[in-house]
Amino acid sequence: MYSTSQIRDNFDFASRTVAGKPLVYFDNAATSQRPRCVLDLQDGLCRRHNANIHRAVHTLSYEATDFYEKGRVAAQKFINAASPDEIVLTSGATAAVNLVAQCLARGGFIGRGDGILITEAEHHSNLVPWQMVCGQVGAHLEVVPVRAGKGTANDGAVDMDAYQAALRRGVKMVAITHVSNILGVVNPVREMIREAHALDIPVLLDGAQGIVHRRVDVQEMDCDFYAFSGHKIYAPTGIGVLYGKRQWLEKLPPFMGGGDMVEKVTFEKTTYADIPLKFEAGTSNFVGGACLAPALEFAASLASDGQVRLHEQALMEAMDRALESVDGLFLAAGEAADRIPLYSFTIEGVHPLDAATLMDKMGVALRSGHMCAEPIVDRIAGGSMLRASLMPYNTVEEVEVFAGALQKVVKMLRK
Amino acid sequence: MKSIDDIQREIIKEFAVYDEWLDKYEYLIDLGRDLPLIKESDKTDANLIEGCQSRVWLTCTRDEEGCLHFAADSDAIITKGLISLLIRVFDGRSSEEILNAGLFFIDSIGLKENLSPTRAGGLAAMIKRIRAFAEEFREG
Repeated sequence: MYSTSQIRDNFDFASRTVAGKPLVYFDNAATSQRPRCVLDLQDGLCRRHNANIHRAVHTLSYEATDFYEKGRVAAQKFINAASPDEIVLTSGATAAVNLVAQCLARGGFIGRGDGILITEAEHHSNLVPWQMVCGQVGAHLEVVPVRAGKGTANDGAVDMDAYQAALRRGVKMVAITHVSNILGVVNPVREMIREAHALDIPVLLDGAQGIVHRRVDVQEMDCDFYAFSGHKIYAPTGIGVLYGKRQWLEKLPPFMGGGDMVEKVTFEKTTYADIPLKFEAGTSNFVGGACLAPALEFAASLASDGQVRLHEQALMEAMDRALESVDGLFLAAGEAADRIPLYSFTIEGVHPLDAATLMDKMGVALRSGHMCAEPIVDRIAGGSMLRASLMPYNTVEEVEVFAGALQKVVKMLRK
Repeated sequence: MKSIDDIQREIIKEFAVYDEWLDKYEYLIDLGRDLPLIKESDKTDANLIEGCQSRVWLTCTRDEEGCLHFAADSDAIITKGLISLLIRVFDGRSSEEILNAGLFFIDSIGLKENLSPTRAGGLAAMIKRIRAFAEEFREG
């Protein structure tokens, strides 16, 4: 018989209090909590297997390398990549997007007058790296709007007519979020990829949120790149994954040079290692990389459990009830057809910063502000929102605590 | 006239009445509602102290005796409450008094987290601005 307490038993935070109240951690889209299996490996590696990887022949180095490469294989399996060679381990989704952006620019795949297509609802990490490339090579951003806002269509969907039109305006790269960290809406990425590919345009998906709540099969999706961070899916901070199709990784030049990414170095010329190490200059975060294995196995075991999926459904229904009970509440993409348990909202007469401050004093951790997606939050909410984001270890009881606390806060701030 | 430290001790005493976090914040919210607002026309970019999540405007004038007077506003009510405390401490003081003052009340009433420079409320930035005003008017 399934119960959330079985999941929660894996986490020490579950018994924490904040401001004297049991902690309700609803800021999972920023970072998730780590289960004991991840922390144990992290600790064990530092204590017993600490050595630099891919270099020495001594036992510790071999062990550390083995753990690290197991992490890579776990990532490959989790997203069903064709080979572990297609998995570049980075410091996070941000580094992964920057890597692709800079390598495309260095390789001449994006140049003067070219367009880079993003949606309006991108996180800064899938916006600023492209803006930087635009500045470097004289390209420009093509920003496709999403349907979200007060008093307008609010299903969070990408405007597909605008998308198709933009694709035909000299776009050389499509970089879109799988699931927006503001809207929580699952984008129709298969369709978007198909349309881009029909015009020979490669597609990168920012999977920072998508990887956590949707099964990702990169071969079936047919994306050229998929980027995600470990720390949002039970792994430590400072480790992330860039999936790239073999043919892309092989033809892209590296943009960062250093140790571990080389084959032969002389003062005249250096030849590079094969993929994926070509893109992993310097000593990698091998502890973080290794921890991807237990983290992703933990995520996979939850995702394959039908009971957990039902539980997530129950969480979302409880959240819908909680948010509906507050009058003057505007939920971004409130009419979404397909969403993850992530809710960005504003409440009339209540500043998000005030609300988040008071919620914290009731033990409820929420995010407030522009959540690193300033353009969309500026447009739909004047620059600041509240966000609650849930994981399978959250409970319906916690949603009820959240709802009660929110009611109280609104009353305090509106009086 | 009470010293800056007297007023800080007074504030600490007022907050000591409240055991519960929420009651402290309730009191802050009440203080925020009483904050002497600045004129709409003074809500300019020049007077804006940009925190990450709330906006604060602060103006300062110097009277004939050389005392500084502050007015402020914010779009967040808790931030307004904090500002009103700062103004209570610093309003009507000379530049010298402001620059020589040690601020201890925020820590003592358990609101230290608001002083962190990364804190969204911008309180740290505001204290910096108050001190900058004091420097500026010392010369004048």
